Amino acid sequence: MTVTAESAGTAVNGDRVSLLRVLGPAHVWALGVGIVLVGEFTGWNFSADKGGALAALIVCWIVGLLYTSVAMIDSEVTSTVAAAGGQYAQAKHIVGPLMAFNVALFLVFAYTMLEVSDAILLGDTIVAKAGVEGLTHNSFIAATIVVLAWLNYRGVLMTLNVNFVITAIAYISIVILFFSVSPWTQGAVLKLNELVTPNNALPYGWIGVIAAFQFGIWYYLGIEGTTQAAEEVRSPARSLPYGTMAGMITLLIAAAMTWYVCASLMPWEYLGITYYPLWDAGKLTGSPLLENLLFVATLLAALASANGCINDAARAWFSLGRDRYLPSWFSAVHPKYRTPYRSILFLLPIALAFAFIADLNQAITFSILSGVLQYTFMSINIMMFRKKWPLGTIRRGYTHPFHPLPAIVLFCLCVVTYFAIFLGFGSQLIAMTIFYFLISVWFHFYRYKFVRRGDQFTMPWPKPQGY
Amino acid sequence: MWMALSYACWCISIVLALWMLYDWFKVDTTYSEETLTSSREGELEAVSETHRI
Repeated sequence: MTVTAESAGTAVNGDRVSLLRVLGPAHVWALGVGIVLVGEFTGWNFSADKGGALAALIVCWIVGLLYTSVAMIDSEVTSTVAAAGGQYAQAKHIVGPLMAFNVALFLVFAYTMLEVSDAILLGDTIVAKAGVEGLTHNSFIAATIVVLAWLNYRGVLMTLNVNFVITAIAYISIVILFFSVSPWTQGAVLKLNELVTPNNALPYGWIGVIAAFQFGIWYYLGIEGTTQAAEEVRSPARSLPYGTMAGMITLLIAAAMTWYVCASLMPWEYLGITYYPLWDAGKLTGSPLLENLLFVATLLAALASANGCINDAARAWFSLGRDRYLPSWFSAVHPKYRTPYRSILFLLPIALAFAFIADLNQAITFSILSGVLQYTFMSINIMMFRKKWPLGTIRRGYTHPFHPLPAIVLFCLCVVTYFAIFLGFGSQLIAMTIFYFLISVWFHFYRYKFVRRGDQFTMPWPKPQGY
Repeated sequence: MWMALSYACWCISIVLALWMLYDWFKVDTTYSEETLTSSREGELEAVSETHRI
């Protein structure tokens, strides 16, 4: 026998079961920074391998500019199009269904592959710490993915409360490390002037700086994930811009501190290949307390990132189902926990499969590629948004300054990043482009006929200018 | 200790995965498909649009 949600005593919106609006700006911060912070613990440092320590610093600031543009643009659009799916919902209303379908796939790929990378990192870190023969990372990977999926299944509030706590601990560990090494004096612990000299600062010249963009993305990859919470925050117009901008400021500070400490403790040849730059920095201080703190922080950062990624990938997949871009079966909301439970469960075995068979570098590259495709879309999206609905025609929660400069900067930096990825992973870039082309053909000629075309456009906006 | 932790991770993973499968089955057999898939994007936005602080 089936019952309605209302008769079963669950909270519903009229006769409908919807996602729960319980989040505030702190949760938005926890979601965005939680996804990203792992990039300080591993990932960004591979840019030193591509172009030297100074290249890693240059891309830290230039890619920071790219992501500041992302955060500004995202804050404006998503505070206006406040719906689960984030950039997918934006694309649907502003560009059109085919773009929206592609953007949703970018999101699902970027977050699922990042989740896979996080789980592999966590497993490898524990195995490295244990140093026990016969111990493999598989059990730790499985536990990471399944426990976090369970947490997400049980409710968004607890999921992001946990993320807030573990992200804050990981962040504070970077601050503690920074102040423990007397950053105001050189020579005592830090030796930046010896390790980064005019002769080795840019070992491959300026082409090395360009190549470093590929991994420089890791300083901030995923901050745009805050928009996936749009349908679950109490006040989207206020919480999303606050949470996203605060997150970006937090990350810029963390990135600068991380580079300074790591580049001052390790030669660029080692910094560019280690999987644990901050943990290694902790070891190099000679303090067992700092070493263990950074070990735990690496694990927590990986957990927070995977947790946020499960949250975001599930919401993007859920949104596709709700608009019938995929079978509507995926759009089910749990009547008690108010989460997109079928989407969470569907993506769980996919993440596990990739985590067990994929190589960390491949997973990271697919995540970065999907992310950059998404940022390219965002630069075009904001131009169309401002043109179709100029300021004053609809209510915006936040209006970003200097338009169209951020969009232009974002687009140009995305082009540079594509070139950098092509230098390192050209075949993956081409394979992924072909994949998105073929899936677009499938969507256009087969899947779109199942979409209820009028129902998908839900914003109470006036007709766009020029239409 | 690390090997024990590894076995514990497998056990926790299996238990939680089975719990989620059980709960999924229970929910899907208790509620109608119309109820479960009744969420609408525009409805939520309309609520926030008329919200007064």
